[in-house]
Amino acid sequence: MTKFRVSETMKEMMASYYLEAKNAAYNNIPVAWITSGGPVEFLHAMGVIPVYPENYAPMCSITRVSKDLIEVSEAAGYSSDLCSYARTDIGADMTQGGPIMGLPKPDMLIVGTNICHTVVKWFDVHARKYNVPLFIIDMPYLHDGMTKEAINYVVKQFESFKVFLSGVLKKRFDEEKFRETLFLAAQVSGLWEKVLAMGKKKPSPINSFDTFIHLAPIVTLRGTQRAVDYYTQFYDELVELNTQGFGSVPDEKIRLLWDNLPIWYKIKYLSEFFAKHKAAFVVSTYTNSWAAIQGDIDTDHALEELARAYLSPYINRDFKYRIEYLVKLIEEFSLDGIVFHSDRSCKPYSLGQYMIKEEVTKRTGKPGLIIEADMNDPRVFSDAQFETRAEAFLEGYEK
Amino acid sequence: MKYFAGIDVGSLTAKAVVIDENGKILGYHIQPIGQDSLVAGMNAYQKALTIPGLKREDVSSIVSTGYSRKRFTEASSQKTEISCHAKGISVLFPAVRTLIDVGGQDSKAIKISKDGRVLDFAMNDKCAAGTGRFVEVMANVLNLSLNGLSDSALSFKNELTLSSTCTVFGESEVVSLLSQGQNVPDISWAIIKSIADRIVALAKRVGIENDVAMSGGMAKNKALVSRLEEKLECKILVAEEPQIMGALGAALIAKG
Repeated sequence: MTKFRVSETMKEMMASYYLEAKNAAYNNIPVAWITSGGPVEFLHAMGVIPVYPENYAPMCSITRVSKDLIEVSEAAGYSSDLCSYARTDIGADMTQGGPIMGLPKPDMLIVGTNICHTVVKWFDVHARKYNVPLFIIDMPYLHDGMTKEAINYVVKQFESFKVFLSGVLKKRFDEEKFRETLFLAAQVSGLWEKVLAMGKKKPSPINSFDTFIHLAPIVTLRGTQRAVDYYTQFYDELVELNTQGFGSVPDEKIRLLWDNLPIWYKIKYLSEFFAKHKAAFVVSTYTNSWAAIQGDIDTDHALEELARAYLSPYINRDFKYRIEYLVKLIEEFSLDGIVFHSDRSCKPYSLGQYMIKEEVTKRTGKPGLIIEADMNDPRVFSDAQFETRAEAFLEGYEK
Repeated sequence: MKYFAGIDVGSLTAKAVVIDENGKILGYHIQPIGQDSLVAGMNAYQKALTIPGLKREDVSSIVSTGYSRKRFTEASSQKTEISCHAKGISVLFPAVRTLIDVGGQDSKAIKISKDGRVLDFAMNDKCAAGTGRFVEVMANVLNLSLNGLSDSALSFKNELTLSSTCTVFGESEVVSLLSQGQNVPDISWAIIKSIADRIVALAKRVGIENDVAMSGGMAKNKALVSRLEEKLECKILVAEEPQIMGALGAALIAKG
């Protein structure tokens, strides 16, 4: 993984974010647990600290404690077929384990269903345990493209969400602060898009293993000035590196796309494995999902624009859309192929990958590789089996 | 004359092939892995060399393949068994476009281009179902050799079904079929059908295009090959010694 100047800044920023969250109760600041695709802008507008079990679970995975936490939740009766983020998070909550000894106690729970429906039941478990209100925003799967009906449906729920927040927090919804937050969120989203677009450069100064890590601030802190400052610095650094001809993978020969979530507990190993074979992941469908809010957000139609953004992640789109999107990325990023992580835990992401792979290869002539693994459960990954598949795939590029 | 070698150190057996600069097979050897894959690989290599009476210094270049390929430091390069099987088969049968390889721990379906390159492949997931190991475990329960299981299956009378694809559950299912008093040939045939179904599903993932060939230890199982031919509705080509295909391909890659 590439060591950037901003890497230290990010570490400090994330540490201070978690410190603020851990001290929230002491400072009388409300905390909400929210899903990765949840509308965090409403929370920032109301001075609530958002906390992400889906950010904490990978932290547990990278620090190699996810297996133990998973075993705790499995022993409590949660099925091993359940999402490994849920199993890690529930295990961490039961034991107050992981790198920051558990997440700060929530005052409310917010769920968006644009990523999956497991989150509904998973957060429901927490709602019962902590006896705090749970607000579910149903963001329907787009079977046939974006529709006015889907947008209106989500807008109506956003309106109720404002009422919910002012009820729980016992204060008026701050429209002025909300507009300000949206403006910042749109800026961050636009900057993230520019950061990711640096992957189009040859060689690419950034790869997906980097963007997986540098994703943390846009997930947790979008809608804040510090996130804007951070990604501005990051983008400037990448531009500078590019002018020096820097490639994040030395002697880049093969340009790939990563599909699905990262395999967190193997991120360093995978980064080194592909770098050794001179293969760079210059784009991923996963990180692209956080570049959805457009830069010049029209604050008069803010809720419609937000609804559109929250409905549009790759994982919430139909297969036809996914195929066309991948074909477009192959063109735009001059890709040589795609690696599909078939993630045991993330069924909505993994469903259809075999068919999508076949169709994309048919249309573009670019090969795909499917790796069977899991984002957070290290018991599912086998080095030898992965290496045979990945090396055979990469041997295909040898002349 | 220059000589080249390919060494395939798989999960259950080590295979070595020595060829000359014209690609002619001069000697080969297959042996069980035992406790140390590196020792088994070296032994297989030594024995293959003695057949044409060559010494290690006579060999210009070695390519290793199989699960333990990286342990074999004497090799000038390492290639995955997928590329090696494709190379081996495309030299023996140039018209082959689909290769089904069923080894001890892996089964794979490989789509091959006209010039012997791998276009696509599919492999079994992290499970012994659909691999040689599955059949080996079942043969042990029936107290049969691998060949014995194949012969027994071909003489079946009644259609039985093994519902489990899992090796562990499959084993207990075979035990209970035996305790019900079912005939061994019928059970053997049920075992063959079970593994064949897994392999057919795998092969269909890459798409079947003629000619179709089969390699790996399980290609020696006549019952399995015949069941696959029936299910895939095509003729399956099998080399005289299908188990050395990976090692042969490795030797051919070493030759360049």
